[in-house]
Amino acid sequence: MIYVFDGSLEGLLTAVFEYHERRPFNLILTTAECYQPDVFTTSRRIDNDPEKADRVWKALNRKLSATWLRRFYCAYLSEIPEAFRDLFEFCRYIFSNPSDVTQNYGNPHVLAVAGYARKVEREKHRMEAFIRFQQSSDGLFYCGIDPDFNVIPLIMKHFKDRYADQSWVIYDYKRHYGIYYNLDKVEEICLNQEEEKNLKLQRDKITSEQEPLYAALWKDYFKSTNIKARKNTKLHVRHVPRRYWKYLTEKE
Amino acid sequence: MSERIREKLSILADAAKYDVSCSSSGSKRKNDNKGLGNGHSSGICHTYTEDGRCVSLLKILLTNHCIFDCAYCVSRKSNDIERAAFTVDEVVQLTMNFYRRNYIEGLFLSSGIFKNADFTMERLLKVVKKLRLEERYNGYIHLKTIPGASEELVREAGIYVDRMSINLEMPTEAGLKLLAPDKSHQEVIKPLGDVQRQIIQFKEEKKVIKSVPQFVPAGQSTQMVIGATPETDKDIMHTAAEFYKNFSLRRVYYSGYIPISTDNRLPLLGTQPPLIRENRLYQTDWLMRFYGFHVNELLNDANPHLDVDIDPKLSWALRNLQFFPVDINIASYQMILRIPGIGVSSARKIFQARKFGRLRIDQLKKIGVSYNRAKYFITCTDSPPYVQGLSGHTD
Repeated sequence: MIYVFDGSLEGLLTAVFEYHERRPFNLILTTAECYQPDVFTTSRRIDNDPEKADRVWKALNRKLSATWLRRFYCAYLSEIPEAFRDLFEFCRYIFSNPSDVTQNYGNPHVLAVAGYARKVEREKHRMEAFIRFQQSSDGLFYCGIDPDFNVIPLIMKHFKDRYADQSWVIYDYKRHYGIYYNLDKVEEICLNQEEEKNLKLQRDKITSEQEPLYAALWKDYFKSTNIKARKNTKLHVRHVPRRYWKYLTEKE
Repeated sequence: MSERIREKLSILADAAKYDVSCSSSGSKRKNDNKGLGNGHSSGICHTYTEDGRCVSLLKILLTNHCIFDCAYCVSRKSNDIERAAFTVDEVVQLTMNFYRRNYIEGLFLSSGIFKNADFTMERLLKVVKKLRLEERYNGYIHLKTIPGASEELVREAGIYVDRMSINLEMPTEAGLKLLAPDKSHQEVIKPLGDVQRQIIQFKEEKKVIKSVPQFVPAGQSTQMVIGATPETDKDIMHTAAEFYKNFSLRRVYYSGYIPISTDNRLPLLGTQPPLIRENRLYQTDWLMRFYGFHVNELLNDANPHLDVDIDPKLSWALRNLQFFPVDINIASYQMILRIPGIGVSSARKIFQARKFGRLRIDQLKKIGVSYNRAKYFITCTDSPPYVQGLSGHTD
């Protein structure tokens, strides 16, 4: 039996509910994109049902500690196809046991969910570290990113708390949406293709006067703190993988 | 104008880089006043230098003019280098603008001593106060305590900063006297003790009165230079253990000596810095703080030096084979921590997972245990029979 859902959190939770309702044998869960029809197995499309999803979410809240709930959410944000399957099996495992089994690191699904969550949290931490704002001529600080996972929901709070007195924009090129803080609250924004291209290409033209000076100062600082006698490129690349070098002013 | 500030930054950041402390963790400072910035409890490393060290703070000297002549320091009075000094405003503007662009977590401010210790400390205090009070900056600040500064200045600084530190420089008093006759360990011990007493006092007061400000929330740290003087690893780690115990330090840093002078009391220019030794010392430091080892178990009169080829944990295990092999399914948590190839998080996961059933080799590998290293020291449910027969304990 194959359940096909749309890849959203609501869809996943509805699928969990439907499983517990019908209890099909040998269930596999896939997203609509990864679905390949098979002669021997029947499939069923899952339509999102907010009520059912809500009931499952409330049940998860009761069963899981705050740490594990966050891990569940992070593993979902990873958008990896295998992760959905592991999350589904993880739900089955914890609902089928009355006591708290989240400590059973011997179970492969528990380990898998913890593993995906760790990857996403690491990417979130890296985004918080490697995002470099540029100030535009009208005082807005902006930055474009393309992270491996969908981490914008996770980094929103950090940047809102920290940069409370300046307006800023963080835009995810891969997923075509971003967030904008206007000194009061954070809003989700979408740019069309034209505007996105402009943002990427005309970076240098719309910056304020001071911006080149501070970029130059940062490059100077980065060069000065280096101790040549201890050069270790392998260690350096392990900490700052090459795919992040495009964000870093000092690597330009 | 911009050329001048670029020059100053290059000189003063270059002089500050030998102070290796760069942590930005431990502060839960919140942005309550619609100002700029907050603390991040685990710290954030915004970039890494080409030698692999993390850069999370703007690490600068206020000035590299200094009245002292310590042989190991690049800013010593007798060294012929370019000298510069920042104004208070320049430091504040640099910090604020770097912070706004998310380049740094905060400021690390040190200084050469000019005129006298109190004058220098007052200038540092001015920078810190301007940042906190006028610019409403809530990010991380790490301030170096100037040896010899008065207790009142140190106490006032502590209210505004997140971490204070002061460097031991040489692991023993004799080593320090050889290279810097004007300095002594007593000058370091006194401020460490004063700040530690203040930290305890403020914590006690805060339990009763909620509005008491935080005092040095990220604690204190210190640094020792390795390889400039002929101390053994045992001397170094015993000093470190003593300072951790007496002053509740958060960290001790071990900085491999980079030869920067032609003084014949020090290793020659061009000598390789002792990087492997430094790495082993950090590993020993971690074993003491997180794995429950006592410094005497790792370094004592019989073994005054750490092995270069193998890490201290494996070295201890090989010298104490009577404790192994350990049965993963019944051993105590403290014993699991001592197995080579098993770190703190793997040990915790094993301890929790085995409540649900006996653990097998493939489960251990998935948990993250480095099984190729650990297999010589453990037995689990499906270990090969010849290992299971080797019991360390007589029945």
